[in-house]
Amino acid sequence: MSIKKIILYISILAFTSAAPFLFPDFRTQLATLWLMIIVALTWDMTGGQMGYNSLGNIFFYGTGMYVAAVTAIGLVYDVGDYTSAAGGGINDFTDTQYFTGIFLGSIAAGLFCAVTAVVIGYITFGLRGPYFAIGTLGVAIAAGELVSNWDWIGGGQGITLPVYPGDFDVGKLFFYFLFAGTGIVLFIFLKWLYSTRFGSAMNAIRDDEEKAEAMGIHTLRYKLTAWAMAAFFVGIVGAISGFQLISFEPLESAYQTINLGIFMVICVLLGGKGTLWGPVLGAILFHVFKEVTWNYFLGWQWVILGALIVVTVVYFQEGVIGWLMRRKPEWFGIRVESKDQAAAGAGE
Amino acid sequence: MNTIIEVKGVSKAYGGVVANADISMTVEKGGITGLIGPNGSGKTTLFNSIVGYHPIDAGSIKFEGKEISKLPVQKIARLGLLRTFQQTRIYGAMNGVENMLISLPHRKMSFADTFGRNSTKDYEQADRLLEFVGLYEKRFLRAGSLSFGQQKLLEFAMALMNEPTGLLLDEPTAGINPTLINGLIDRLKRANTEFGITLFIIEHNMRVIMNMADKIYCLAHGQLLAEGTPEQIQHDQRVVDAYLGAH
Repeated sequence: MSIKKIILYISILAFTSAAPFLFPDFRTQLATLWLMIIVALTWDMTGGQMGYNSLGNIFFYGTGMYVAAVTAIGLVYDVGDYTSAAGGGINDFTDTQYFTGIFLGSIAAGLFCAVTAVVIGYITFGLRGPYFAIGTLGVAIAAGELVSNWDWIGGGQGITLPVYPGDFDVGKLFFYFLFAGTGIVLFIFLKWLYSTRFGSAMNAIRDDEEKAEAMGIHTLRYKLTAWAMAAFFVGIVGAISGFQLISFEPLESAYQTINLGIFMVICVLLGGKGTLWGPVLGAILFHVFKEVTWNYFLGWQWVILGALIVVTVVYFQEGVIGWLMRRKPEWFGIRVESKDQAAAGAGE
Repeated sequence: MNTIIEVKGVSKAYGGVVANADISMTVEKGGITGLIGPNGSGKTTLFNSIVGYHPIDAGSIKFEGKEISKLPVQKIARLGLLRTFQQTRIYGAMNGVENMLISLPHRKMSFADTFGRNSTKDYEQADRLLEFVGLYEKRFLRAGSLSFGQQKLLEFAMALMNEPTGLLLDEPTAGINPTLINGLIDRLKRANTEFGITLFIIEHNMRVIMNMADKIYCLAHGQLLAEGTPEQIQHDQRVVDAYLGAH
């Protein structure tokens, strides 16, 4: 790594750590920004790097939330009793119980989602293009409906988790750093993954899956593993979100297919598919855009957001980084042959 | 020499159109076998059947003595039997070297190996093979920006990178500048002798195939019309008629 890059990464890290102290009023917003970055980066693993546009990644977010809640509660109480009491007073957790719950709950959520991704992927990866998108969307919608009818985990009422034990503002910082930490780990993990043979195999599947098969690449194995990795991280942030929200229910907050489920796709499209920085940049742009419209154009916010989606999808699919790559390929170390040279023929 | 690919009584029909009817042929290990025939005679269909691209209606296909007619494409490729496409297929968004590295034989890697980076040896091998097909100078260019002929050469180099035992080539010289064809013939022959890869080639260019093949099969209207050495095929009246349309 060059000195320039090291300085860049250190300053980003420093800014990340300082941000919640510099802007104390925006701690929850900044935490949500990291959530957007994480779901965008994980969506890009299959959508951008592998060419499988999933609309069902929100399934792992909601499932992670529920698995973590059930784990945290189950360690202390009987889950059925706890949810049927719904605010009836048996939600006392000691500090140790709370932190053990959030830690083990997140790990369990990540692992459970990774396993589920393999099972669902085994069925849905037979679908290509839009069919895969619709198939996975169906899984997420069905899961939301199923959970709303499952009384043991609160049904349509959802679950109310214990509140962060301690100062309210420290709690906000705690969640900010949980999200930021997960995001940084994910970014480093992806930077490494995309540099391995595994990363190239993902790109090969995106560029020409039939060719990849014909060259003997284990396409299904790579697709399942990649999606399981993505699901692992989405499950973890779902778990953290559950504790941050305190109270959540299935359709609007856990399996929120039309909100976060679509936002993550827009973030990636806006920033640039199939690049490491695209989803990060897209998430920042989108989050700022969304907050501005929600604050200043209240009442019109969905219309404006819809317009942004239409414009992005119709006119700007390549995203900011993709656009830069096309305009300035040399910045990215890409060389394109000029027409004259190409006409000179093969192999000289 | 022993048999590497054995096709026995293979039939394949698309609806009512019989593309292959009761075809039997063998490809000898270490040699170059040719497959010719007029347009629409069922050559590519037969190739697709061999590599598992679609199921066959009847018959048996064996590779190194193992029945492969029911295996899917990836599994056959992992046994070491590869094919190149008539409509060249390369990864257009990647450059030449990346195209080569992704073609490393995954069947020889463990799952843990795939989480490693490519070794210096892999890079050297990629450079060597790109040099071999004459694309070394263009190795860092986006593969999609190469000419059709160059992409064809790249696809050939990628196939070699995969270290196959058998390689099925679908019209390797189609779309290649005529002045470069001699160079390509030479490279195909060297792939056969130096790398020890058995070649099975569909070719329309008679000069090319007569120059290379030890044995040639000729298809017409989905049926095996003739087989023999290049001399025998050249003097076979049925083959001449099939090409001139008397059949």
